[in-house]
Amino acid sequence: MTYKTIASASGRLFREIYRFAAFHWEVLRRTVRPPYYGATVWEQMDRIGVDSLLIVMLVGFFTGFVLAFQTGYAMMRFGAKIYVGGIVAVSLVRELGPVLIAMVFAGRVGAGITAELGAMQVSEQIDAMRALATDPLRKLVLTRVLASVAMLPALVIVGDLVGIAGGLLVGVMNLGLTVSFYKSSVVNALVFNDLFSGFIKPVVFGAMISMVACYYGLTTSGGTKGVGEAVTRTVVVSSVLIFLLDAVITKLLFLIGM
Amino acid sequence: MIQLIDISKEFDGKQVLKGVSLELHDGETLVILGRSGCGKSVTLKIILRLLTQDSGRIVIDGEDTTDYPEELMMPLRKRMGMLFQGAALFDSLTVSENVAYALREHTRLSEQQVEAKVAECLAFVEMSGTQRLMPSELSGGMKKRVALARAMALDPKYMFYDEPTTGLDPLTSRKINELIKKLQAEHKVSSIVVTHEIANAFQVADRFAVIKDGEILLSGTADEIKGSKMKFIQDFIKGGVISNANQ
Ligand SMILES: Nc1ncnc2c1ncn2[C@@H]1O[C@H](COP(=O)(O)OP(=O)(O)OP(=O)(O)O)[C@@H](O)[C@H]1O
Ligand SMILES: [Mg+2]
Repeated sequence: MTYKTIASASGRLFREIYRFAAFHWEVLRRTVRPPYYGATVWEQMDRIGVDSLLIVMLVGFFTGFVLAFQTGYAMMRFGAKIYVGGIVAVSLVRELGPVLIAMVFAGRVGAGITAELGAMQVSEQIDAMRALATDPLRKLVLTRVLASVAMLPALVIVGDLVGIAGGLLVGVMNLGLTVSFYKSSVVNALVFNDLFSGFIKPVVFGAMISMVACYYGLTTSGGTKGVGEAVTRTVVVSSVLIFLLDAVITKLLFLIGM
Repeated sequence: MIQLIDISKEFDGKQVLKGVSLELHDGETLVILGRSGCGKSVTLKIILRLLTQDSGRIVIDGEDTTDYPEELMMPLRKRMGMLFQGAALFDSLTVSENVAYALREHTRLSEQQVEAKVAECLAFVEMSGTQRLMPSELSGGMKKRVALARAMALDPKYMFYDEPTTGLDPLTSRKINELIKKLQAEHKVSSIVVTHEIANAFQVADRFAVIKDGEILLSGTADEIKGSKMKFIQDFIKGGVISNANQ
C-alpha cells in the first residue's frame, strides 16, 4: 500500500465516523420532543423479543452447559468443584451473557433492521415517508433503538438464567452436586456489581447495534446488492464494536471500583 | 407559487442540473419534458427537499426554503403530494393503510372518517374494494393509482406527478389525465407532471418546460412548443415520445 491509498482510506474512515456521529446527534435530538410512536415501539419490542427468544435460550443454555463442564473439569483437580455454580454465574452474568447474546442480536435483529430499512431506502419508501411529512428518524430509527435498548437487557437476563440452569444440569448430572448446593453457590457468588455490569452492557450494546443497523440501512445505495452489502457491514461493524465497547465498559467499571 | 431559481445538482462529479429555473403558478399544470436521465425526478425531489441542491434557491408560497432544516419542511410537505415514479408504496402496509398513512399521522379524524376518506380516494383512482390487499399483490398500474390516492389524501395544494401514466393502458391513462384535470378544476391544485408521453402531456398541460443537458431548453404553452423550430423538440413531438436516439 502506498502512502496515498492509506491516506485516502483513513480519510474515508474519518468521514464515515463523522457521519455516524452526526447521525447519533440527529437521532438524539429527536428524543426531546414527541411524537414517539409508542405503539410502534411496542410492536418492535414484540417482534425483536419473539424473534430472538429461542436462539437466545439456546445460546445461553449451551454456554452455561459448556462453562460448567470446563470449570468443573478444572476445579475437580483442586477439589474445588463446589465453586462451579458461582463461577458459571459470574462469568455468564458479567461477560459471556452480554457479549454472546449481543452477537446473536447483531446477527439477527441488527441484520434484520438493516435489511428492512435498506430495502425501504432503495425502493424510495424512505423518500415517500418524508414526502408524506413524517420523519423516518423518529418513526423508524428511534422506535427501533428504544425497542432494542429495552429488549436486549431482557434477553440477556433470560439467557443468563437459562445458562445458569444449563450449568446446574451439568453440576447435578456430572459433578455430583445437589441442586441446593449449586443454587447457594450461585447466590453467594453474585454481588450487586456483577448484576450492574451485566445489565449496563446489554443496554449499551442494544443502543449501539440498533444505531449501527439503522445507519447502514438508511445509507444503503445501489439496489438489492447494496442491501446485502449493508447487512454485512452491520454485522461486522457491530460485532467489532461489541468487543471494543465490552473492553471499554469493563475497564471503566473497574476504574470506579465495580 | 413555487419558484426554482438557478438550481444546480451534481452526483459524484456528474452535473445533472446546471442552473434550472422554473415557476409553477397557482392553479396551473406544468409539464416537464426531457429525455430519460436528464434530471426530471431529481428536480421534483429537490422541490420537496428529498434531495438538496448544490446551489440555487427554492421559494414556496413566498417562503425561501433553501436553508430550511428538515423540521421546517414538514408543514410545507403536508401541502404537497408526490406520486413517485416507482409508486414507492409501503410494502409492509395494506393498500388502505398506505392511503390512510398521512391522515393518521397528521389529522385527528376518527377511524370511520379515515376509512371514508380512504374509500373516497380509492374510488377516485378506480381502485375501490382493494383496501385489504398488500402492494405486492398489485400490478404496476394499480400500484401507481394507489400511490396517487395516497398522495392526494391530505388534499394538497400542490401535486407532483412523476410519470403518472407510464406503464398504464390507454384507458387508464386517460382516466389519470382526467383526474389531474379534475383536481386542478375542483380543488385548485397546482401540478407539475413529468412525462415522456407527448399525447398525455398535451392533454393536461397549461404550460411546458423542456429540460435538456441540465438546463431549461424551452418553456411555454402548447402552441409555443408546437411552433418551436428546434429539432430536439420537433423530433420529440413527431416521435410521440422523447427518443434516446437524437441528441
Ligand atoms: N440518488 C442518486 N445518486 C446518484 N445519482 C443519481 C441519484 N438520483 C439520480 N441520479 C442521477 O441523476 C440523473 C438524473 O436522474 P433522474 O432520475 O432525475 O432522471 P429522469 O429525468 O427522471 O429520468 P427518467 O425519465 O428515466 O425517470 C441520472 O443520471 C441519475 O443517474
Ligand atoms: Mg424519473
